[in-house]
Amino acid sequence: MNNHILNHLPYKSTFRFIDNITSLNENGVTGDFTLKQDAFFYEDHFEGNPVTPGVIITEIMAQIGLVVLGIFLIMKEPGKDISTDPALYPVLTSTDVSFYKMVLPGQKVTVISKKQYFRFGKLKCTVEMLNSSKEIVARGTFAGIIKHIDLK
Amino acid sequence: MTRQEILTELKKVLSPYTLEKDALANIDESTNLITDLKINSANLVDIIIDAESKYNIEIDYDSADKMVNVGGCIDVIEEKTNQQI
Repeated sequence: MNNHILNHLPYKSTFRFIDNITSLNENGVTGDFTLKQDAFFYEDHFEGNPVTPGVIITEIMAQIGLVVLGIFLIMKEPGKDISTDPALYPVLTSTDVSFYKMVLPGQKVTVISKKQYFRFGKLKCTVEMLNSSKEIVARGTFAGIIKHIDLK
Repeated sequence: MTRQEILTELKKVLSPYTLEKDALANIDESTNLITDLKINSANLVDIIIDAESKYNIEIDYDSADKMVNVGGCIDVIEEKTNQQI
C-alpha cells in the first residue's frame, strides 16, 4: 500500500536499498531490505569474507528512514510534486551512527525511523536498524533536505 | 534585552555548530553564519530551533530568511521577544 512512494526514489538498480515500506505516516516510517548475495561491494569488502560496509548500512538507513519519509512529507505540502520536477534530489546533510552488529550477504534488515522535526525543508530523524532476530544492528541520527539541483 | 545582551547569548546558541572558535569569540552584527563561521547551511535550521526554545518564540519562514548574519538573527530575536510582552 505504501510502496507506491518507491516509484519516486531516484536510486536505481545497485544503489537502491529498499524492498518494502511496511508503515508510513507523518511521524515516521518502517521499511525493510534484503542484502543481495551478489551485491557489488561484497567482492572486495572483504575478499573471501563478505561483510556489508558501514557506509552501505548508513545508506540503507538514510534511504528508508530519511528519503522515503522526506518524499512523503513533501508530497503532502500544497503545490509540491516530486514526480513533476525531475531535478529534485535528496541531499544528506548530517549523520551520526553507531554500529552494533555485522550484516552478512542475504540478511534482511528492518529500518525504523522516528521524525524529530521537519521544518524549513529539513528532515531530522532518529533511525534504528534491526536484523531478522530483532537485534539492533545500528542506531543514529540522520538529517537531510530535498533540493532542486541542476546537474547539467 | 539589549542587542549586546542578545549577541552574548547568541554566541552560546551558535557555539555547537561552528569550529571557528576565534571567529565566534569576535563576532559582530555583520558576521555571516555560513561564510565567516563556516556553519553547515542545513544547521541553520537547528540554530533556529535552538533559538526558539531558548527564547520561547516561534520563527516563521520569512524571519528565518533574515537569519544569515548575526545582525539579522538579533533583529528576529528582538522582534519576536518584544511581541511577547
